[in-house]
Amino acid sequence: MNARQDNGCAGPAEGYNFAYLDERTKRMIRRALLKAVAIPGHQVPFGSREMPLAYGWGTGGIQVTAAIIGADDTLKVIDQGSDDTTNAVNIRQFFARTTGIATTTRTRDATVIQTRHRIPETPLADYQILVYQVPQPEPLYKLEARRAETLKLHAAEDYALMNVKLYEDIAHWNHVETTYDYPVRVDGRYVMSPSPIPSFDNPKMHRMPALQLFGAGREKRLYAIPPYTDVVSLDFEDHPFRVESQGHACTLCGSRESYLDEVIDERGVRIWTCSDSDWCDDRRSVAGTTT
Amino acid sequence: MYIAVKGGERAIEASRALLAAARRGDTGVASLTVPQLREQLGLLVDRVMAEASLYDPDLAALAIKQACGDPIEAAFLLRAYRTTLPRFGYSMPIDTDAMQVRRRVSAIFKDLPGGQVLGPTFDYTQRLLDFGLMRGDEPAPTITPAVLDHAHPLPNALAELAAEGLVEPCVPRAGDPDPPDMTRDPPTYPLPRPGWLQMLARADEGWVLGMGYSTQRGYAYTHPFGGDIRFGSVAIEVLPDELDFPVEIGDIEVTECQMVNQFTGSAAVPPQFTRGYGLVFGHGERKAMAMSLVDRALRSPEFDEGDDSPAQRQEFVLPQGDSVEASGFVQHLKLPHYVTFESELQLIRKLRAEVAQRAAAMAFEERETPAVVAQELA
Repeated sequence: MNARQDNGCAGPAEGYNFAYLDERTKRMIRRALLKAVAIPGHQVPFGSREMPLAYGWGTGGIQVTAAIIGADDTLKVIDQGSDDTTNAVNIRQFFARTTGIATTTRTRDATVIQTRHRIPETPLADYQILVYQVPQPEPLYKLEARRAETLKLHAAEDYALMNVKLYEDIAHWNHVETTYDYPVRVDGRYVMSPSPIPSFDNPKMHRMPALQLFGAGREKRLYAIPPYTDVVSLDFEDHPFRVESQGHACTLCGSRESYLDEVIDERGVRIWTCSDSDWCDDRRSVAGTTT
Repeated sequence: MYIAVKGGERAIEASRALLAAARRGDTGVASLTVPQLREQLGLLVDRVMAEASLYDPDLAALAIKQACGDPIEAAFLLRAYRTTLPRFGYSMPIDTDAMQVRRRVSAIFKDLPGGQVLGPTFDYTQRLLDFGLMRGDEPAPTITPAVLDHAHPLPNALAELAAEGLVEPCVPRAGDPDPPDMTRDPPTYPLPRPGWLQMLARADEGWVLGMGYSTQRGYAYTHPFGGDIRFGSVAIEVLPDELDFPVEIGDIEVTECQMVNQFTGSAAVPPQFTRGYGLVFGHGERKAMAMSLVDRALRSPEFDEGDDSPAQRQEFVLPQGDSVEASGFVQHLKLPHYVTFESELQLIRKLRAEVAQRAAAMAFEERETPAVVAQELA
């Protein structure tokens, strides 16, 4: 019963093409995506369009979704792991209005999932495409702001800046001081930003059966990870990358293996709940407990 | 138990309704019409058209109304609409020397062919609030704008100097490639001059003003003189595939500034003044002048002037100057970030716990060590 048509505030958008973008623009984006898939982790410049949603609010992901979505697809949109966060609602309504296709909150039922800041807990399958919204596609930008220079560093596979940064973190803090947007190396070649997902989610990218597409609208770059591709979080032999447990269980479903949000309720009590709302709902309905 | 993750859809609906109410304001006051905005807030309409890079005064006025008067939001609305328009082709270059001038001033000559044409400007007003306007006490216009003269265009103030070779020429060089379309092609730095001029023309006016001003305060000083600043209408011509002559399809109003700058010379070229160029849709002298200062600063590699100042660095001046991009990304910090924030919380708690552990271990050592030593001595 979760598949539904939600047409949002003003009904179907008249006078616009299917999925808003014109077909030539979609083709331009699909060409860039094909190149991105052919060179995993490499940032491909594309003629990013000005979308009716603000830059920084998912315009890259929206353009990718618009370019690949078809009438038979079922779309799920999440932000912070949840279908009900305001921006996810807005983007889902946007596609419902401009395509009329079915939308869902169930991870398993979706053929295209657009996400911001999370990878769903339910393992994805090869019939699915995960579209990431990316604020900053250049993993080196905090170390070298000039994109004309980072382009050369990637071309020369020169990631010394990044290695020194990670080394200095460990020397200073005994930990890498990066907890989200933790850089990965794709297919043994390009260092890539996984977008600001928590490093908890990084291992899910490794050899994922689903195609992973990344769209950065403001920065006008696309990149991709083809299915079953090696994705390794950067580390050192004596300081291997690891995901550490948050040390809590979900108050609602009891999950200990999912990523948890920390919430302070109205009584001032700190509780933890699954960030992935579909995962949490699923576990609760299986357990027969409802709230 | 209450957890604030549900109910997003209803809250969004309510927020949209509240925005509509805020836009309308007091319903006891008459609602503004789009033609009123177009005719009476012309400079705002021009700014929105410039930053949206879409010349359509009616739609710009509509965007201003819809955006409650916020120029960046209005430019955003107009740009999002512009994206959906089919691109039929590119017009011929406009000829600003043939402009039907409503205003033209030059600061480098007391008098010049065509004269100084003051036109409509705030420049000679005394900035005293006119309380008569508040009472609706608006006298009828006492002057009708002069009939624009097609036959006698004003020659550019720099033309004579350029003919003498004192100012660098301003014509495309042989083999000059077609300019990129910055609204379609992703920028690759360094950009050619037509690319950065496009980005400056649609950049945020405040940003360009500040960047231009920085060059006057010592960050990449370029010795500017206001060579020719003009505002008026120019014809837009297209060259259809099936014809071998251009066809005029309409007029637009633009403001152009040609700055005369610091001279250079080399073994091959005797010393001559250089130029900075600014052009915006509508009447926008502040923006056009600031743009010409920044343009000249960005040409620093051409004249071997270094890149020590912000205004000389393309990758600093250009991407950060886009008001719609900057506004979106700055304000995206309003979006939920609780997943990434939680991951930071975890790390900082762990680091603090480790610091506390180390401190406790050190305190323990300090306390225990003398006893151990004493024991060993005994």
